[in-house]
Amino acid sequence: ENGDPQRTAFLLRKAWTLYSVTPLYRFHRARLRDYARLLSAFIAAEKQKGLAVEVGVELDIKVAVSSLADLRGSEQDQAAVLVQLSMRSRASSRNSEDKLVWSGWFCSVYGDDLSENVPEDFTCLPLFLTHGAESYTSMVGSWFQKTFDCCFRRLAISPLNLCWMVAMWAGCQLDRAASAVELVFSMPRLSQPLDISYAIHPEDAKALWDTVQKTPGEITQEEVDVFMDCLYAHFHRHFKIHLSAAKLVKVSTAVASAHCDGIVKILHNQYLLGVLMLLTELAISQIQ
Amino acid sequence: HLATSLPLPSERDHFRPRIDLIVFMIDIKSKYSLRNVEASLAHVDASFFLGKVCFLVTGVGRVNACSIETNAVCKLGETYCSPVLFCELELEGIRVVTAQRLLRMLQICAGHIPGVSALSFVSLMRNSDDD
Repeated sequence: ENGDPQRTAFLLRKAWTLYSVTPLYRFHRARLRDYARLLSAFIAAEKQKGLAVEVGVELDIKVAVSSLADLRGSEQDQAAVLVQLSMRSRASSRNSEDKLVWSGWFCSVYGDDLSENVPEDFTCLPLFLTHGAESYTSMVGSWFQKTFDCCFRRLAISPLNLCWMVAMWAGCQLDRAASAVELVFSMPRLSQPLDISYAIHPEDAKALWDTVQKTPGEITQEEVDVFMDCLYAHFHRHFKIHLSAAKLVKVSTAVASAHCDGIVKILHNQYLLGVLMLLTELAISQIQ
Repeated sequence: HLATSLPLPSERDHFRPRIDLIVFMIDIKSKYSLRNVEASLAHVDASFFLGKVCFLVTGVGRVNACSIETNAVCKLGETYCSPVLFCELELEGIRVVTAQRLLRMLQICAGHIPGVSALSFVSLMRNSDDD
């Protein structure tokens, strides 16, 4: 159950950069307003030091920190925490709306593997997703690291994990006409970079997955391998190129898309928690 | 002698010296290399699997570029009773150490080390689990 789709609508169709976060020490949900004020002061101080990105007109950065009660997998998960940075230009203060310049949210969807083994004072929210300028990500990250003694690391996604994602997501049942299933490969050892994009009709991809998957709701490595081998074989038949020797860098389906640099876009509300569960698992394995 | 796959071309059979050790190289970044090795294994005479075959997995330094599951390679080693070595060719130190290991194995397989034969590798393969 995803809860109110309106409240999670802002998560969809945005490119989120992924990080893994170690557990936060002495994070108190009751103090979110305080944290917002402290973070705001920190950012203002950083800007004084000249580390900010904006030049020219003096701009106030407003910080909002909120709790997203429904964004979790089970009762054992902590509810997601959303941080938003907005900009209000002092010049036209009368009825100008705040412009959202950066968002970041911490979440845990079925992250029991991590939260089970962690002492009382720690809050487990292993997945961190950001959208907006890197300079703000860096400031927010620094403040959280200093305040809660946690550690952020970019979450890369290996070709092995991208294969799982494309197999899972291509098999999802979708009501409306879906967009193509696309895999992007980077060819190795060439002087000029060369990418190959392999697009498959979504119904064909789903039909293939349905013949491969034995138990609905369960996916095995063997099934993912067979699915991928079929795609590779088909491509080789037509183009005499072994995609299995190239590096899979990006997968794209109607449900979500993911890039090996750790950037995802979730396109469909119905599968939001499913995607987040997979990403939480990746974040946890990077932490452990 | 290097070959991209097996079987070796039959035209050169009578020029070819005795083969003492076959090292199958698998690049962890290339699913194709695993499939290629699996297909080539079918062309190897059963007698080689008494210690004269080994699997060398390369590229293990880059965890994020993994296209192959390490379990799959370990299972291959178990199925064919042959050791699996992991290395990172991009690091000179590891490259040198790996070459030395392979050379040592080759010496044993070629019968240059008295008292030790290729069959020793097979008995070393047995896990403590089996006991």
